[in-house]
Amino acid sequence: MDILQVLADATRSAIGPVAAVYALAAIGLNMHFGYTGLLNFGQVGFMLVGGYGVAVSVSTFGLPLWAGILVGIACAVALALLLGVPTLRLRADYLAITTIAVAEVARLVYRAEFLRDITGGVYGLQGFAGGFYDLNPFPSGRYGFGWLAFNARDLWMMTVAWGLVLLASVLMWLLVHSPWGRVIKGIREDEDAVRSLGKNVFVYKMQSLVLGGVFGALAGAMLVVNQQTITPDQFMPQVTFYLWAILLLGGAGRTLGPVLGSVVMWFLLTASDSVLRQLTSSGVITFITNSEIGGIRHALVGVALVVLIVFRPQGLIGNRKEMLVNVK
Amino acid sequence: MSSDVNGAAADRMAGVEPVPGVAKPDPILVVDGVRRSFGGLTAVDVDHLEVQRGTITALIGPNGAGKSTLFNLLTGFDRVDAGEWHFDGTRLNGLGGHRVARRGMVRTFQLTKALTRLTVMENMLLAAPRQTGERMLGAFARPVWRAQEAANRERAEHLLERFKLLAKKDEMAGSLSGGQRKLLEMARALMVEPSMIMLDEPMAGVNPALVQSLLEHITALRDEGRTVLFVEHDMDVIMGISDWIVVLAEGKVIAEGRPSDIRADQRVIDAYLGAGHDDSEQEPPTDSGGSHE
Repeated sequence: MDILQVLADATRSAIGPVAAVYALAAIGLNMHFGYTGLLNFGQVGFMLVGGYGVAVSVSTFGLPLWAGILVGIACAVALALLLGVPTLRLRADYLAITTIAVAEVARLVYRAEFLRDITGGVYGLQGFAGGFYDLNPFPSGRYGFGWLAFNARDLWMMTVAWGLVLLASVLMWLLVHSPWGRVIKGIREDEDAVRSLGKNVFVYKMQSLVLGGVFGALAGAMLVVNQQTITPDQFMPQVTFYLWAILLLGGAGRTLGPVLGSVVMWFLLTASDSVLRQLTSSGVITFITNSEIGGIRHALVGVALVVLIVFRPQGLIGNRKEMLVNVK
Repeated sequence: MSSDVNGAAADRMAGVEPVPGVAKPDPILVVDGVRRSFGGLTAVDVDHLEVQRGTITALIGPNGAGKSTLFNLLTGFDRVDAGEWHFDGTRLNGLGGHRVARRGMVRTFQLTKALTRLTVMENMLLAAPRQTGERMLGAFARPVWRAQEAANRERAEHLLERFKLLAKKDEMAGSLSGGQRKLLEMARALMVEPSMIMLDEPMAGVNPALVQSLLEHITALRDEGRTVLFVEHDMDVIMGISDWIVVLAEGKVIAEGRPSDIRADQRVIDAYLGAGHDDSEQEPPTDSGGSHE
């Protein structure tokens, strides 16, 4: 078995654009759950409206890319208001039920036949990302060294995506280390107590939902620009649960938790995939076919997550003391 | 520590007849026809009630009398079916809990709500009113709110010192004992600068050794000019520190008066202990939360 190959694959994936996209979406989820205590099980819905905001604006209506991104953000704000207005006054579980349902309904609407002229229906849209790659300042060639080299296109994508992750992390750090963040964390602990001290809890929860949703939409936009194509069925509910796994793995309620979580998660996913592929192709394992590897690697990552939750419930960089305060 | 020696407060109640719904010389809170039912059960039905400014008024009554419900209604944590109430001249109907608090009527909870994963100091600072940095955009204006934060921190330290929590200021609120949490809740409420403070069973679940200290803190609130309305079960506590007592039974005010009036009131004894009960020193069983759901 070629260990170097495994490491190379896993590292490329861990620092690649997809890991950045998931980190960005998980930062939004961290705003919701990690700091405000909102149970959002529909983060993929925000990614979907962000992705389609770009694709529909550019492909269908011929707008420039930046306008598409703004449309995606506006759609995320609208979705957050739509979700929040009826549910944020109710108990936390109602938001959870509503978000998972609305995200799935949104996917079905975007793939519906009657919207085919706009969204491309089940076939989705292509050819909207050109504007992004036209801006690429890197001359073509290979960047990096040996087994860890990227072409100019990937480098540009990674620069922008990780740049957004950095920007979002700085923004989050500033917010949660401010009096605003203190109120938000107070709401996570007990919203009635915060209300009794004169804070408008509903407005704070709404702000949190909108901001986290916008991060989700940006992640969706980056995801489809990276793929240069969009299809509705890539926004299945399991994407949300990857994001939850990333957040819990890294550590909820920590600025860098979702970033670290995404890097480690993609490293593990790709490493297990690479190992299994090498084992099957070299004939060491004969009872698994190549097509089954995808499922098995997810099962392996699932086991790893269970082990993590049992032995390190606060995540990789969470605060155990804080985590256990309520269970003593 | 009888109320009769509390000169100033007792004077304010001079000449007030101990009858339900009696007018007070300078009421801070006036309740009119406030009603709330849950299904077929009328939990609260108060015709008229006034709370005198600058006094300690106790709200007592047997389990299920509607004390906590009345508290929730007055502080905007529940909606009335009918009636209206005024606080300091403003009508409070339809205002959410946070708006009521901003007007100067701040409540605490029967089951203490310390924000457990924040430090004691963060609990205090959170409560400070009118912070620039607590608005989303204001949060980025760090130099602007830094000064405010320092002033609030100083005020918080004074309050924590007064409530003997200063040594704990950097600890998680979740690590405090039950009694300390009650103290923190009271100190935190004071950060809002309330003119009236509503305490829902401040002694519930508190170590008896701490009760005396809590009582002194409540008296101090009154002595610095605030109005205190509190729900409590422990009769000795109520008689000792209250300037005025309001008795609620089945949602209605059945009696009010000075502690000496209430002690002698046959209706109260009947309502509290059941007619024919003779063990007048017996405390009723603690409210298991049924009255406020």
